[in-house]
Amino acid sequence: MKRLRRLFLAPTAALLAVTMAAPLAIVCLYSLMTRGAYGGVEKPFTFENYTRFWDPIYAAILWRSCWIAAVATALCVVLAFPLALFIARSGSKKNLYLSLVILPFWTSFLIRTYAWMFLLRDTGLINTLLQALGVIHEPLPLLYNNGAVILGLVYGFLPFMVLPLYATLERMDPSLAEASADLGARPLQTLWRVTLPLCAPGVRAGSLLVFVPCLGTYLTSDLLGGSKTILIGNLVQNQFTTARDWPFGAAASLALMAVAMGLLLAARRQGEEML
Amino acid sequence: MSHVRRRLLPLYAVGAYAFLHVPLLILAVFSVNASKFTVWQGFSLRWYAALAQDRDLIEAAANSLIIAVVATVLATVFGTLAAYALWKRVSGWISGALYLSLATPEIVTGVSLLAFFQWAFRFLNLRLGMHTVILAHVGFSLAYVVVVVLARLRTFDPALEHAAMDLGATEFTAFRTVTIPYLAPAIAAAAMLAFTVSIDDYVITSLVAGVDSQTLPMAIYALARRGVSPMLNAVSTIIVIGLGALVLASERLRAR
Amino acid sequence: MILELRGVSKRFGSNAAVTGLNLAVDRGEFFSLLGPSGCGKTTTLRMIAGFETPDEGEIRLNGSRIDALPPYRRSVNTVFQNYALFPHLTVRGNVEFGLRRMGRSGIESKVRAVLDQVRLQDKASRMPAQLSGGERQRVALARALALEPDVLLLDEPLAALDPQLRKQVRAELKDLQRRVGVTFLFITHDQEEALSMSDRIAVMNHGSVEQVGAPEEVYRRPRTRFVASFLGEMNWIGGVGLRPEALRISREAGAGSRCAIVKGSAFLGPVSHVEMELESGEICIAQVAAEFTRFQIGEAVHLRWNETDELRFPA
Repeated sequence: MKRLRRLFLAPTAALLAVTMAAPLAIVCLYSLMTRGAYGGVEKPFTFENYTRFWDPIYAAILWRSCWIAAVATALCVVLAFPLALFIARSGSKKNLYLSLVILPFWTSFLIRTYAWMFLLRDTGLINTLLQALGVIHEPLPLLYNNGAVILGLVYGFLPFMVLPLYATLERMDPSLAEASADLGARPLQTLWRVTLPLCAPGVRAGSLLVFVPCLGTYLTSDLLGGSKTILIGNLVQNQFTTARDWPFGAAASLALMAVAMGLLLAARRQGEEML
Repeated sequence: MSHVRRRLLPLYAVGAYAFLHVPLLILAVFSVNASKFTVWQGFSLRWYAALAQDRDLIEAAANSLIIAVVATVLATVFGTLAAYALWKRVSGWISGALYLSLATPEIVTGVSLLAFFQWAFRFLNLRLGMHTVILAHVGFSLAYVVVVVLARLRTFDPALEHAAMDLGATEFTAFRTVTIPYLAPAIAAAAMLAFTVSIDDYVITSLVAGVDSQTLPMAIYALARRGVSPMLNAVSTIIVIGLGALVLASERLRAR
Repeated sequence: MILELRGVSKRFGSNAAVTGLNLAVDRGEFFSLLGPSGCGKTTTLRMIAGFETPDEGEIRLNGSRIDALPPYRRSVNTVFQNYALFPHLTVRGNVEFGLRRMGRSGIESKVRAVLDQVRLQDKASRMPAQLSGGERQRVALARALALEPDVLLLDEPLAALDPQLRKQVRAELKDLQRRVGVTFLFITHDQEEALSMSDRIAVMNHGSVEQVGAPEEVYRRPRTRFVASFLGEMNWIGGVGLRPEALRISREAGAGSRCAIVKGSAFLGPVSHVEMELESGEICIAQVAAEFTRFQIGEAVHLRWNETDELRFPA
C-alpha cells in the first residue's frame, strides 16, 4: 500500500522540487544579493533590493498595480452578478449558458488581449467606425492607458467571477426567495435583503480568483498599457531581461508573491478545498 | 411594469455575452477581409494562404505542438498518479506545493524558473531550449491535472477497489482495471486542459525558451507588438476555433 | 368562510396536478389537506400562497379574488417544509423580516409577543444554525404569525422531525392554533396527524377532493374506496369493506360466522394484528386486544362482524 503511494507521488514530488521549490529558493537567495557589473548576481548580501521599494517610482508601481487590480475586481463583481443570476435562473439551459461563459476564457489569453488591441487602436475598429459615422474627426486615444488595461483585465477574468457567483446562487435554497416573497418583500427587495447577502462567499471567492492574477498581470499591461502603465509584472519582467538586475527583480517577485499568498491564506481559512 | 423587469435580466445577459464573444468574432470576420486595413473590402482567404507560407510561423506552431503533446502526456500521467496517491492519503507538502503552483503569478513562476535554470546550467552543460520549456510546462500543468482528477476521485466509491482485491486482484491491478476506467473521462478532460494551457502559454515560455525555440504564442506576441497584421487575425481565428472545440469536448467529458 | 377555491385546475406540461378543485375553509379552523404524494396538495398550497397561478378557477380570500396577486400582496403566510429560515439573520431578524417590509410600528413589541407565543424569547439572538429542528420550526411559525395573516399555510411541518418529537409538536401546534385563533391550513400525507389535529379534513386524490368532513366522519363514513383505504387499514371481504377492529375472532363457531385459517400474527404492543385466509381465498387482517391468547399459524378460527360496520361503495 505505502510503496505504491510513494511510487505514484515520486515523479510529481521530483517535478515540484525542480520547478517550484528550487526555483523559489534561488529567487529568495538572489533577492538578497547584488547586481554584478555585467548583469550577473554576486555577493555581498544586502537588503537593499527591498528598501528600493520606498523609492517613489517603485512605490508608485506597487500602488498602481494594487488599484488597477482592485478596480478590475470591483468591476468584475458588478458585471458578473447579473449574469450569474441569469444563468442560475435559466433552468434547463444552465449548462449551455455556463459553457458560453467558460469557452472564451480557455481559448487564448494572448489572443483575447490582442483582440482589444485590434478594437481600440487609433486605426482600430472602434475609431474607424466612429469616424465613418462622423461622430469624431480624429481617433480617440483608447489604447495604451490605464483604462485599456482595466478593460482587458475585466474581459480576461470575468468568467473567474461568474463561476463562483453562479455556484453560490445555484446552491441557494430556492425556498428562501419564496419565503421572502411570502413575507411581503417585492422581487427587488428579496434580491437586496436575501439573495445578495447570501452571495457573500461567492463574491469573496471570485474576488480572490480575479484580484491575484490581476495584481501579477504582465501581458495585459504590456500590450494594452502605455509607457506609463508599468505594473509589478512588467517591472519584474524588465529586470530579468533588458535591465538585467536580477536581484531587484527577484525582490519584486517575492513582494508580489507575498501579497498573493497572504490574501490566499487568509481566504483559505474560510474557503473551500480544491486540492 | 413587471414585464419590463422580467426582460431586464435576459437583456443584460445578451449584452454580457456580446461583450465576451464579439471581440473574437470581429477578429474572425476581419481575418477574411481582403483589405489589410480595418475597412471591409470583400471576402478573401489570402491571409490564411499567407499563413501557410510563413515558415517561421509554421515552425513556431510545430514547436508549440510538440511541446504541448509531450508536456500533456507527462503531466497527465504523473498528475493522475499523484491525484490517486493524494486521494488515498493526504500529503500536506505536495498539496501545498500544488496549491502554491496554481496561486503563483505566472511572471514569478517564469523568472524563478529562468533563475533556476541559469544557475543549474553552471553545473550541467545545457542551455535554454525546448527541453526547459517542456519541463516548465509539465511543472505548471501538474496542478490542473491533479485538481480535475481528484474531483472525479472524490465521487469514486473505494469499496469498488476493495471488492476487486477481495476477488484476488493486487492493489495495482485493482487500480488499473477498476479505478482507471472510472477516471477515464476526467483524465481525458485533464489532458485537454493541460494541452490548452500549454499551447497558450506566453509569459513563462518566453522567459525559458532561449533563442532557438520559438513557440506560437511568442510569434504571435512579436507580431502583435509590431502593430496589427491581418495574418494575426487569421492565426487567432484558427487557434480560437481549435482550442474552443477542444474545451467543449473537455467540458462534455467532465459533465459525465 | 375565509378561504374558498372554486374549480381550480393546474397542469404541468402533460401532468394534471389539480383538476376542478373545490374547497371552503372557515375562519378559525384547523383544516387539513390530506393525501398521498402526487395528489396535488402541495400544488394547491402553492397556488393559495401565490407561487403558482391556477390555469382555471378562482381563489377567494375573505370574498375577494387573490389568484392573480403576487405572494407579497396576499394576507396568507407559509411555514415551509424545510422552514426556509434566512441563515444570515438571527431569530429576531427572521421574525422581523415581514414586519419591516410592511412598515409597521411597534415592531419590537410585536416580535416579543410572537416569540413569547412560541416560547423562544430567550433565543432571539441566536442564528438558525444554532437551533434544533423543533426550535427552527417555531421560528418559522413565529415569523409567519407575526404578520397576522388571514390564513396560515403549513407544508408538512412535522415531516422533518423525529417521531418522538412529532407527537409532542402535534399537541403544541394544536394548542397554539387554539390560542392564536388564526385559520390553519395544514398539508400532510400522514393520516394519523390529520385525524388527531384537525377540525375538518379534505382528503385529496389525483388532483381533486374526494371527501371533506370532521375526522370521525371521514374515518367512520368514508364516501369512496380511496378515502376508506387511505385513512387506516381496510379489509375487503366479498366486496364489502371492514376495518380490522370491526372483525371478531373466536375459536368456536357462531351465528353467521365464517371459517378462516390463521396465516400470521404480529404483536404490536397494545394490540395484535392477525392475518387470516378465508375459504374464498381472500386475505384479511383483524385487530385483537393483546390479552387474547396468541393464535397459531395454521389454526382454524371463526370470523364475525356487525352489519353496521360494513362499508359499501358504488362499483
